[in-house]
Amino acid sequence: MQYGYYPGCSLERNAGAYHESTMAVAGVLGLQFTEVDDWNCCGATEFFSVNQMQAYALTGRNLALAADQFAPQPALPVIPVEVAEPPQLVAPCSACYLNLSKVDRYLASSPELAAKVNTALDAGGLHYDPGSLRVRHLLDVMVNDAGYDAIAARVQRALTGLRVAPYYGCLVVRPGFQGQFDDPEYPTTLDKLMRVLGAKVVDFPLKAHCCGGHMTQISEDVALELLRRLLKNAADYQADVIVTLCPMCQLNLDVFQRAVNRRFGTNFNLPVLFFTQLMGLAFGLAPERLGIGKEFVASRPALAKIGASGEAEQERAVGKRAKRRNDQSLPMPYMPEEEER
Amino acid sequence: MGASKKPVRGSVFFHEVVGATAVDPHLEACLQCGTCGGSCPSGNDMEHTPRTLFAMIAAGMRETVLRSNTPWYCVSCYYCMERCPQEVHITDVMYTLKRLAIKEGFSRQSSAAQAPAFSETFMEHVERYGRSFELGLITRYFLRHRPLDTVKIAPIGAGMLRRKRFDLTPRKIRQIEQLQAILARADELEGIARV
Repeated sequence: MQYGYYPGCSLERNAGAYHESTMAVAGVLGLQFTEVDDWNCCGATEFFSVNQMQAYALTGRNLALAADQFAPQPALPVIPVEVAEPPQLVAPCSACYLNLSKVDRYLASSPELAAKVNTALDAGGLHYDPGSLRVRHLLDVMVNDAGYDAIAARVQRALTGLRVAPYYGCLVVRPGFQGQFDDPEYPTTLDKLMRVLGAKVVDFPLKAHCCGGHMTQISEDVALELLRRLLKNAADYQADVIVTLCPMCQLNLDVFQRAVNRRFGTNFNLPVLFFTQLMGLAFGLAPERLGIGKEFVASRPALAKIGASGEAEQERAVGKRAKRRNDQSLPMPYMPEEEER
Repeated sequence: MGASKKPVRGSVFFHEVVGATAVDPHLEACLQCGTCGGSCPSGNDMEHTPRTLFAMIAAGMRETVLRSNTPWYCVSCYYCMERCPQEVHITDVMYTLKRLAIKEGFSRQSSAAQAPAFSETFMEHVERYGRSFELGLITRYFLRHRPLDTVKIAPIGAGMLRRKRFDLTPRKIRQIEQLQAILARADELEGIARV
């Protein structure tokens, strides 16, 4: 399958591990990601706070470039172009995904705004018709296009025994400007993906809560408390590793974990990896090809667990409890000693 | 402003906020239910919950609203917007309040006084190179706006460099002049309010 690929600034460097592992995993699954030529920054949350039209125009340029580059070439001139599915643009970063899909939808809902943005784009000889692209997040493409079965078929080194806290953060599942591929409050696609890889997915009630975004740079009081809650939640459920799908979440939870420990007198030691890195490991790829080792909180001790693959997780000395719920019941929190085996 | 289709209701400030938001945020539909504040991850640190702030906007309390730290503590997580039963575009309203507060110079006195400086420093780099340049952003932002905190952030910067997670030099897009022309035209349009 062919996709336009918008990496975003973070994946160029601070989250280089995400880009490397995405490309490696995509290769295994036969997904073809072609980078948008000469893309610019999506503006994150900063442009909207200062200059609204610049924020729309900035993302407008990316949309215009991508729509142009990946425009469907009709095989027969008879077939009207509208019949063809719009080309797909994949973003691995939650903020980029949000901005691209939001701007496309807002331009579609307001012809007046679309006209203004196109006036700005015209200064650079560009034009964008809303709806010309379908913007997707990488997780969506992995689980719905590649699919759980194809992923399961590639697993060579199951992540048996690794306790994973699946962290979605905010913008991937909310507010769904181009449709929601998962529940906005209690998403489960990443959980299922991790289970397919053989990992033990722990309950993680705060999995769709915000990491604070840029607040680490603006108010430590606000930011570190948000991070503390997330880390405590994952630690309470005895996770070995937090898995994420956004460079900002990874950066905040990983790089500022020491600051959290210092401020609150805690002792968190939770490595934070990208979901594509764990996919790559399960596919049997070398850790070096997946950017493992670039995190501040080293993941090697946790990953040693799966080095000894096949070794079952040690049974805890907990009495067997009756099953309290089935797949149809509402998701409720459960503590590690209540987990089903 | 003048020949609007709907009868004019609400305060002058209410219309200013709605008019300065590119896509209608449906602010008039707010029921004052408080779901937004109850869902907000940083609601505890806000001087006014979003619900309170919207009541104050309707009441025309312009300066109090624009001096509030609330929009600056909004982390743009869209939890409120997802849950709002009236589909008010809450996050967009927060962005509008930030812009108005910057215009009036109130933002520098809030408890998140550095937030606009961070955004503006970020934007300077994007305007110059087309992409974010993290090492430059952090260095410039801290040295210029928070010099005393530089010692706190320095070990993190060093750790990022050691792990090759920071570029030493910015990456410039090829068609930077094209982007700059687009941004300049957008800036001219920014002055014209939504009718």
